[in-house]
Amino acid sequence: MSDRIFGVVGLLLALGYAWAALTIEESFLSDAVGPKAFPLIIAAVLGLASIAVIAKPDAAPEWPSLMRFLEVGAAIVVMILYAIFLPELGFVIATALAATYLTWRLGTRPISSVVSGCLTSAGIYAVFHLVLGLSLAKGPLGF
Amino acid sequence: METLGSLADGFVIALTWQNLLLALLGCFLGTMMGALPGLGPSNGVAILIPLAFTLGLGATPALILLTSVYYGAMYGGRISSILLNIPGDEPAMMTCLDGYPMAKAGRAGEALALSGIASFVGAFLATWGLILLAPQLVKIALLFGPAEYFALFTLAFATLGGVASTNQAKTAIAAALGIGLATVGVDTQTGVPRFTFGEVHLYDGIDFLVAIVGLFALSEVFLFLEHRHGDADAAGHKVSVGRMMPSWSLIKYCTPTMLRTSFLGFIAGVLPGAGASLGSFISYTMEKKLVDKDGTFGTGDPRGVAAPEAGNNAAAGGALVPMLALGVPGSGTTAVLLAVLLALNITPGPLLFTQQPDVVWGLIAALFIANFMLLAMNIPMIGLFTRVLLIPPRILMPIVAMVSFVGIYGISGSSFDLLVMIGFGVMGWILRKLDIPLVPIILGTLLGNSMENNLRRAITIDNGNWWTLVDSPLSLTLWALAIIGFVLPIIFGRVLKARMKHMKRDEEGSTID
Repeated sequence: MSDRIFGVVGLLLALGYAWAALTIEESFLSDAVGPKAFPLIIAAVLGLASIAVIAKPDAAPEWPSLMRFLEVGAAIVVMILYAIFLPELGFVIATALAATYLTWRLGTRPISSVVSGCLTSAGIYAVFHLVLGLSLAKGPLGF
Repeated sequence: METLGSLADGFVIALTWQNLLLALLGCFLGTMMGALPGLGPSNGVAILIPLAFTLGLGATPALILLTSVYYGAMYGGRISSILLNIPGDEPAMMTCLDGYPMAKAGRAGEALALSGIASFVGAFLATWGLILLAPQLVKIALLFGPAEYFALFTLAFATLGGVASTNQAKTAIAAALGIGLATVGVDTQTGVPRFTFGEVHLYDGIDFLVAIVGLFALSEVFLFLEHRHGDADAAGHKVSVGRMMPSWSLIKYCTPTMLRTSFLGFIAGVLPGAGASLGSFISYTMEKKLVDKDGTFGTGDPRGVAAPEAGNNAAAGGALVPMLALGVPGSGTTAVLLAVLLALNITPGPLLFTQQPDVVWGLIAALFIANFMLLAMNIPMIGLFTRVLLIPPRILMPIVAMVSFVGIYGISGSSFDLLVMIGFGVMGWILRKLDIPLVPIILGTLLGNSMENNLRRAITIDNGNWWTLVDSPLSLTLWALAIIGFVLPIIFGRVLKARMKHMKRDEEGSTID
């Protein structure tokens, strides 16, 4: 069933891609092939392969339970927040928070997670910024 | 003779303090990444690419660092196979079969040392193979026009699923997704924006480094989170190594095996669609057929450890041949290495050998140096690497995630790229669950543009005649190979894959007994 759904998504993607290719505005200066032809070929390949998957799906993979799904979802949200707040908070604080969260969710006890998260952040800062001279996001505190 | 001269020049380039230090660092990191289950050669190289960049390394030093990681990971994969019966990366799967029984019999140290020597022999011979074969391939490649290149790219995608692929439709989907991603951005020939939806960030196209790190590294983190697989696999195992050096007679006993399987592995590496996993599989099965008269394979026969290790390291070297000579990689990790080259503004292929010989020969010399370093590192210092196995993923995976973020942020300094990377991470996780291979996606984003350019150039040269694509015997041959390579796995793939799985299961059954 999962494969069939994926096949339908692939097919819709192929159609959308083909439609987007057809609406590309051509420049008056164009080569013999133009900017549309190649994307249309790729759309055709994607579409045909999707139909093949719909017609002959593999056995469904083992999807995680709802709780595990939420777990992964929460991690994604944390990473998105990290990406957005990195320039504001500065590298060390943002990274310590994110690393602590991930370590905790992978099954470390809370206090150890905080320690491990801070060490991870400080370690990366030391190696990449102080030793290798990489410029990392500067926060209000200057690190 | 000319080759030896170039090689000597290569050594002059590679033997600077900076390059030696980078090779040492790469070997060390690579072995560590190979040893850790969950981090293989492709993720390892992927995480380090952005760093190599932001450090402002030149082309040759960056390549030396990353190929050392590549070779190192190939060595490292065997450690957890032997000690824990868990392959550190996919090619090391076959090493479990005899390595773990040897470890159980108290000969772990011998197995590790022997497999280290086998890895060295495989990689050393394969590097010579690379020196001899690549220039010949370059001569053929110089005959290629745009039409032939287009056919060659098609061949690469058609065979990428590999001989053991079970579902070619999924490989095709993955390739189409990758090439589709490559078409996002301003069209290089006419200057019109395509698939950008008015988003200015997309005008430059999607940065393939962002895609690679997201797909390979972040998706791994999500997989670990999903299973909450936080404890080290080694926890609870007693990792004792025992006697370190194998006796000379044992090495002599295994030498014919190593030589045969190095050759076989190298061929498997050069051929499109085979790669290191298949290299070690073929090596093991052939050796079993050839020398296993008393049925000792699978019960801790040293030759069963030497065969797959020599095979997969030779295949790793062999896989560099098409990547350097044609610019078309045949395996996942070489695809990632291609990304390094492209990001450094080096276009691999026949012209690389004539225009930038210092890069090619410096790299090859570095491979030799790395190989000796790895041998030195992997025998006396093996105890250090076995301890790496005790690092639990709950500490390691956050570090992987954070280093990925640092690398990408270091290149562009933009939050937008980080968000795109997270997007790719999620996509990679879902696609992995659905058994869609990630390598064709990467290769698609890397090669999509030059594939399209070659197509358009070929047809424009022939005034819009599409038949020009199948106009020369060379391109017809390539098309024929592409079709065979795509159709063959549909017929044989299931059988082969089933046999690989079956062999592994037999083994597990017998170790439980």
